[in-house]
Amino acid sequence: MKDWPLYEVFIRSKNGLNHKHVGSLHASDAHMAIQNARDVYTRRTEGVSIWVVEAKHITASNPDDKESLFDPAEDKVYRHPTFYELPNALKHM
Amino acid sequence: MENQLRDYILMMADNVMILGQRLGEWCGHGPVLEQDIAITNIALDLIGEARNYYQYLGETEGKKEDEYPMKRDVRAFKNILLTEVPNGHWGDTIMRQCMFDCYHYYLLEGMTTSKNERLAAIAKKSIKEATYHLAFSGEWVIRLGDGTEESHQKMQQSLDDLMPYFNEMFIPESYEIWCHEQNIAPSSEVVRSSANEKFNAILTQATLQMPEKYYSKKGGKSGLHTENLGFILADMQYLQRSYPGVDW
Repeated sequence: MKDWPLYEVFIRSKNGLNHKHVGSLHASDAHMAIQNARDVYTRRTEGVSIWVVEAKHITASNPDDKESLFDPAEDKVYRHPTFYELPNALKHM
Repeated sequence: MENQLRDYILMMADNVMILGQRLGEWCGHGPVLEQDIAITNIALDLIGEARNYYQYLGETEGKKEDEYPMKRDVRAFKNILLTEVPNGHWGDTIMRQCMFDCYHYYLLEGMTTSKNERLAAIAKKSIKEATYHLAFSGEWVIRLGDGTEESHQKMQQSLDDLMPYFNEMFIPESYEIWCHEQNIAPSSEVVRSSANEKFNAILTQATLQMPEKYYSKKGGKSGLHTENLGFILADMQYLQRSYPGVDW
């Protein structure tokens, strides 16, 4: 069981919301990863849907590129819709 | 409440109580963290189901639900012998679980249409859990049986060791026959044929061979247990025996 691959787990907590990364676990295959995720991450009714993906299939940005990737957005406040008032009926924004 | 119905409810309750207690022994000892959590989740499902039966009896008899699991002695327990077999290794536990789940699932399925509304309600709630248990244990039997040479050998040994406990599940005691005649419980024959079909299908996929010859033990349903149950109860009942009536 030491050579079981690592899976990243995403849970949708309610219909209409998006799947969120909740953690990772080991499993022999994707199907078992779903079962494990069900037992490890949805014991307290946290979810209505589970995605798992083998961690090796995720390409991540390099922390060293942080400045070039993210800093340029910092002084562009006009990209945020902060000047609008959101209607009360709109949730999860 | 009729004695036969009372005995039947105790059998249903004690089966899941004792197996739940057994599975609880895995807590902190599972082969990997994920399976540790999975098997103890199942333990909690089973103990939760047991509580529903004990509560039903307690309400009828004016007792607290804890009285039944915590204050009865070995001979008063009606669980099948399979549920008290020690955990062994992971494969032993999984094989025991798969056998029980095949029985439990089809028994609950039959009980969802029970004339006794309380039992029908418990069955409808519990069968969702039992569906998952059967999928879980069945897949593990297949995974290990059809796995490496070593895992296959071990699972075959588990099957050979546990088959003597298999048939007791389907040999009805007089109170089960009575409950079936009253349309309270499904027929043991119907449960047997569905459970056998499912179990054999799993074994085939797992490339495991049913042993040609084995003997069958029975007695649990009428209170004649193996020595194992005494040890389980010693663990389970220690607190109530040492400090009677203790509560928190």
